[in-house]
Amino acid sequence: MKIKNILITFVSAIALLFSTSVVSFAKVVGDKIILGAAISLTGKYSSNGVHTQNGYNMAVDRINSMGGVKVGGKTYKFDIIYYDDESNPKRAAQLAERLISQDKVEFMLGPYSSGLTKAIAPVTEKYGVPMVEANGASRSLFTKGYKYLFAVLAPANLYLDVAIRTAVELNGGKGVRIAQAFEQDAFSQDVRLGILDAAKETGSEIIIDDKLPKELNDMAATLVKVKQMKPDVLVVSGHTKGALTAIRQISEMKVDVPMLAMTHCDAAKLSKQHGKNSQYALCASQWHKTLTYKDDFFKDGMTYAADFEKEFGYDPPYQSAESSAALLVFKDAFERANTFDQKKVRDALAATNMQTFYGNIKFAPGGQNVDKPMVLFQVMCDDAGKCENKVVAPLKWASAELIHPVPKWSER
Amino acid sequence: MITIQACLDGLLLGILFALIAYGMALQWGVMNIINIAQGDLVILGGYIAYFMYLYGIHPAWGVIVSPIIMYFVGIAIYKLVINKVVDRDLFISILATFGISILFMQLMNFAFGADVVLANSGYGTTMLFDNNVVLPNSKIFSAFISIVFAICLVVYMKRSKLGRAIRATAQNARAAKILGVDTEKVYAATFGINAALCGVAGALISITFTIHPYMGLPYTIRSFMIVIVAGLGNLPGVAMSGMGLGIFEEFADYILGTEFRIGSVFLLLVLILVYRRFKLSRKREYLK
Repeated sequence: MKIKNILITFVSAIALLFSTSVVSFAKVVGDKIILGAAISLTGKYSSNGVHTQNGYNMAVDRINSMGGVKVGGKTYKFDIIYYDDESNPKRAAQLAERLISQDKVEFMLGPYSSGLTKAIAPVTEKYGVPMVEANGASRSLFTKGYKYLFAVLAPANLYLDVAIRTAVELNGGKGVRIAQAFEQDAFSQDVRLGILDAAKETGSEIIIDDKLPKELNDMAATLVKVKQMKPDVLVVSGHTKGALTAIRQISEMKVDVPMLAMTHCDAAKLSKQHGKNSQYALCASQWHKTLTYKDDFFKDGMTYAADFEKEFGYDPPYQSAESSAALLVFKDAFERANTFDQKKVRDALAATNMQTFYGNIKFAPGGQNVDKPMVLFQVMCDDAGKCENKVVAPLKWASAELIHPVPKWSER
Repeated sequence: MITIQACLDGLLLGILFALIAYGMALQWGVMNIINIAQGDLVILGGYIAYFMYLYGIHPAWGVIVSPIIMYFVGIAIYKLVINKVVDRDLFISILATFGISILFMQLMNFAFGADVVLANSGYGTTMLFDNNVVLPNSKIFSAFISIVFAICLVVYMKRSKLGRAIRATAQNARAAKILGVDTEKVYAATFGINAALCGVAGALISITFTIHPYMGLPYTIRSFMIVIVAGLGNLPGVAMSGMGLGIFEEFADYILGTEFRIGSVFLLLVLILVYRRFKLSRKREYLK
């Protein structure tokens, strides 16, 4: 028994030793620029984590095959070390430490979700490692004075701002009555703050302000209030489950509201799961393939979507597009800095001003992208029941006209 | 009108909760095992209905297919885990089911992905009182099916041989064994029946609400609470306290706001535990 115990201890000690002494990578090995990323490949964010990873990989392959990154007269190629953060903030922070102090990575790509980005940002900041992230939109990420954090996406408080402004515009510039229901998580609460700001500026009134629990799968009570108070706009944000629950119960309870605006409809594949019941819902999105932004690598949104579908077998959600854009930003910054000095790369990132297929990118001092508005699309279905998302606002990018007010259930 | 709406919503919801709680009460009464994985069995049952829906079969058939599959899942859990820990301390068996719960969550996440899914029944809506009260037919269907299954179970427990054996074992395992009841079989069957009930409930939840690998715990808590209020082996009590909880939740939602919905359930649980001074019996009458 004793010998067995000793043997087990010995074997596990050796295993431990091997697991921690992985070959160290330096920031640039040979002709490779090695980036680090902790991504949720398992756990509750795994589906969006995979979208993020696919976006990163797509851009790495594209940039490498089109000549790579030119720094100091030499050509380099991108490579990424991935770890699975299990959708767990603590694990993500540990992995960031590991990437930086053991794997000697000097440049990082962001994880999926605001929560995990929040966990990693203090670590990258401490070591002065520039991080370009594409999936953390929470406003609080950009108010902490981080110097090494850059986000290619618009901050969360702008997600549904455009919906309120559109409703006010359609109301002849007069304020509207808003009903809102938001999940109690960092992201949705930021979206809520954005609505509060927009309401104040436009003189709109918030008549229902519900908070939804994390285990949300029933919002009948909120909808009954909506039926009673008849608001002009109903705003819902509660990740995928919020969007799915809202559409299911709105259609079942026949709730008539002139405008319904939500987040996460893309990820929820609303029209696929609910078909015609999801018609007329407005969805906030960071990107849509029909937008006409251009760059040299992916050409434009439509080409990107086609290439992505060819490689991964599905239509790219915006999470993939923004992740691909993060690599384009890194390439651009390396070439302008013309060195791998972290501080100089950081300064080059801060001075970014470019257009990608995903949108214009220009960072505010807080690190958020201020040059790319959110778009709103509306779910539109034809008579055969086939539904599509069409961009309806802002007008500059619109590919279809907004249908407003939403027809009553009794008339559908 | 809001009051009527809340009452009806709560009632229909409560009947569904009662079904899950009845399985828990049965298992608790017979084996003295508090099954923390109850909610996860429910969600697994929901996924079965969802996959039928994906393959073009109407998800309502899930209420028949899901319990059959879940029955065997229940028996497998019993054979693989429960019967190895059931004669130890009560605490160990709670830990074991807690472990099963975590394992199920991760496995479901691994196998089905982290997306929130639902199955559409296309059942439409019933309007009452001049369209002021709306009831989704899927909720009415759920409540109806729950009642049918509950009645079937009661009859089965009263009439069938296995039902009588289960009741005998719950009352006095030693005596039952002496009189020739195969208690091992009874325990396995109890676990299977509980899992089957969870399967029915899960199929109904996928039709009425949404399912997600990590959504099991609130269902475990609710059924735990219903059983504590009603007491073991008290089916009318379970039904009443289930409906009561449903109505309580809906009203808490209207009055306090949706954010306090689950919170108020937890608060109620604490209050009831304090008030009822509930004592878990430390001794288990388990015979191997």
